[in-house]
Amino acid sequence: MTKNDYVLRTVEERGIGFIQLWFTDVLGTPKAFHITPQELENALEEGMTFDGSAIDGFSRVQEADVLARPDPSTFQVLPYEGTGSEIARVVCDISNLDGSPFEGCPRHTLRRVAERARAQGYTFYVAPEIEYFYFSSADPATGPVPLDRGGYFDLSVGDAASGLRRRSVKMLEEMGIPVEHAQHEDAPSQHEVDLRYTDVLTMADTVMTSRLVLKALASAEGLVASFMPKPLAAVQGSGMHTHCSLWSNEQNAFADENDEAGLSTTARQFMAGLLVHAPEITAITNQWVNSYKRLVAGHEAPVSIGWARSNRSSLVRVPVVKHGRLESTRLEYRAPDSACNPYLSFAMMLAAGLKGIEGAYDLEPELTGSHGGARPLPSNLNDAVDLLENSQLARETLGDHVVEWFVRNKRAEWAAYKSEITQFELDRYLPTL
Amino acid sequence: MMATDPILCLPASIDPSLLLGLSQAGYRLAVQDEAESSEDRILVALISARGGLEAAKALCAAVRNSSDDQIPVLLLVSQSEVSSLDHTSGLFDDFAILPSSAAELLVRFARLTAGRTGSDTDTVVAFGPLKINTETYQAMIDGRVLDLTYMEYELLSFLATNATKVFTREALLSRVWGYEYYGGARTVDVHIRRLRAKLGEEHASLIETIRSVGYRLGQPSWANTSIN
Repeated sequence: MTKNDYVLRTVEERGIGFIQLWFTDVLGTPKAFHITPQELENALEEGMTFDGSAIDGFSRVQEADVLARPDPSTFQVLPYEGTGSEIARVVCDISNLDGSPFEGCPRHTLRRVAERARAQGYTFYVAPEIEYFYFSSADPATGPVPLDRGGYFDLSVGDAASGLRRRSVKMLEEMGIPVEHAQHEDAPSQHEVDLRYTDVLTMADTVMTSRLVLKALASAEGLVASFMPKPLAAVQGSGMHTHCSLWSNEQNAFADENDEAGLSTTARQFMAGLLVHAPEITAITNQWVNSYKRLVAGHEAPVSIGWARSNRSSLVRVPVVKHGRLESTRLEYRAPDSACNPYLSFAMMLAAGLKGIEGAYDLEPELTGSHGGARPLPSNLNDAVDLLENSQLARETLGDHVVEWFVRNKRAEWAAYKSEITQFELDRYLPTL
Repeated sequence: MMATDPILCLPASIDPSLLLGLSQAGYRLAVQDEAESSEDRILVALISARGGLEAAKALCAAVRNSSDDQIPVLLLVSQSEVSSLDHTSGLFDDFAILPSSAAELLVRFARLTAGRTGSDTDTVVAFGPLKINTETYQAMIDGRVLDLTYMEYELLSFLATNATKVFTREALLSRVWGYEYYGGARTVDVHIRRLRAKLGEEHASLIETIRSVGYRLGQPSWANTSIN
């Protein structure tokens, strides 16, 4: 049995009516086209040609046609779509018509970095914690309406949202997405779903799937699940803290029981790489104007560069590992938000860490007390984009095509934002100036 | 389906304490003297040699001849009879030495019925509530279809075909994934966790972790919730 046989046979046996071919644009927006079972065999063998020029980051000067190549190992029936005839999805890689990987395909970008790690003997495992809000309404004209006033770890929030979150977690599990933990977060109506670690490429697919499932189930109940980084001004935003570890065969390459912090040289160099390159990768991990409203002091989000074991607002946190559980040694990178492109964000994080290992970077001293680091993270999208544009690491990792397209797109977003007069300005200036 | 099929207990003089234990474990019992049964399907035949080994062997043969369906036969013998058992006769599939316990018998039943099929013989691998059709690549738990990815299916059907055997992570990697896989044995843990998620809370324990060894498709939950 080949993977393709398995997929074709299952489609036949289960009476699946449509297959969604999923892929992701450069900004992390999920895209799909639907094909019938009759077209599937051909799609699996030869791929499906489509005009990429309408897709963000896919357009090129010379030629617009690209090929979506389904990855049969990602074939999964979508239980939440089952109304009458069932629907399944397959995640695609995008390639050029000659079969070479398409430079604008984020999944390909991540695979390339993961393969670089593997060439050095490492497998990169990640476990993100996805924070998001449930709103009863998310009409931009009237603003988001939270469902409850519950707080962190509240047990008694007898509201629609906690039940919805539980049902969503069950659905994720049914789809083979193990959830470590799910809870009500700090802010009203804010929730968090912590995914169990897996290899980085699978995890990027999984983040895309999880966001879709959370949104679909909320929508079915007339609610909105929002991954907007900072939808409510006065409370904390939605981060996607990501736990990272490198494994070399059966060993956690980050662990060293003889080290005072439990960290190996590899871990320290990887972390140094993350810290050194953090400013230039922030445009990717925090890609929206709104992302920088989350990265402000006072809401446990990182604003400067540093690492610590206990300081919960540091950029990199080293979680204390339970006694005898060295294999769970990991670093938590806390900048990314829940609206990032997981493929490109994970790719940049891994590339930054590998750079630290390859260059044997020295790790700066641990932050103490509640002090922040000496160097700031970029405080707005425009600054972040400047840093990205000049980043050698970004060009090596993402390629010129993606960097240039991304910079153009983000400059336009910034320009549009700049031209707006906000309520803040009217309230503050109109009465007096 | 399998769990509801009765255990055929022969002859009627079979040790009552064993029968009590089995029925307390939730089994339906058909206790009788003759191998011929009015039941459509039999989970397993339990034949006691307390009334003499030759009589028991005759009952084994009668069970073998009574149905086209291969009913697993478990023979209960005394210590002194063990040496006169002929394993190559094909009359029985396994034996236990008296005095035995219901707990022991359940474990042996699980082994005997693992991989046993219904009327749709060699294409269905069944283990407790789990059924896998290896021709259509479909898996079911308690009658509910499992939506598996290719690798999840491969792993589950491998474990089910070799039910109750323990495999190390390395063995699973080489036999299920093939040697070309690079992710390391941690990949196995990740997939096991995904399979357990799909099996659901109730059945997640079907895949047992054998500490510092590996995994196996273990006793179905009914055999774990043991008697005594």
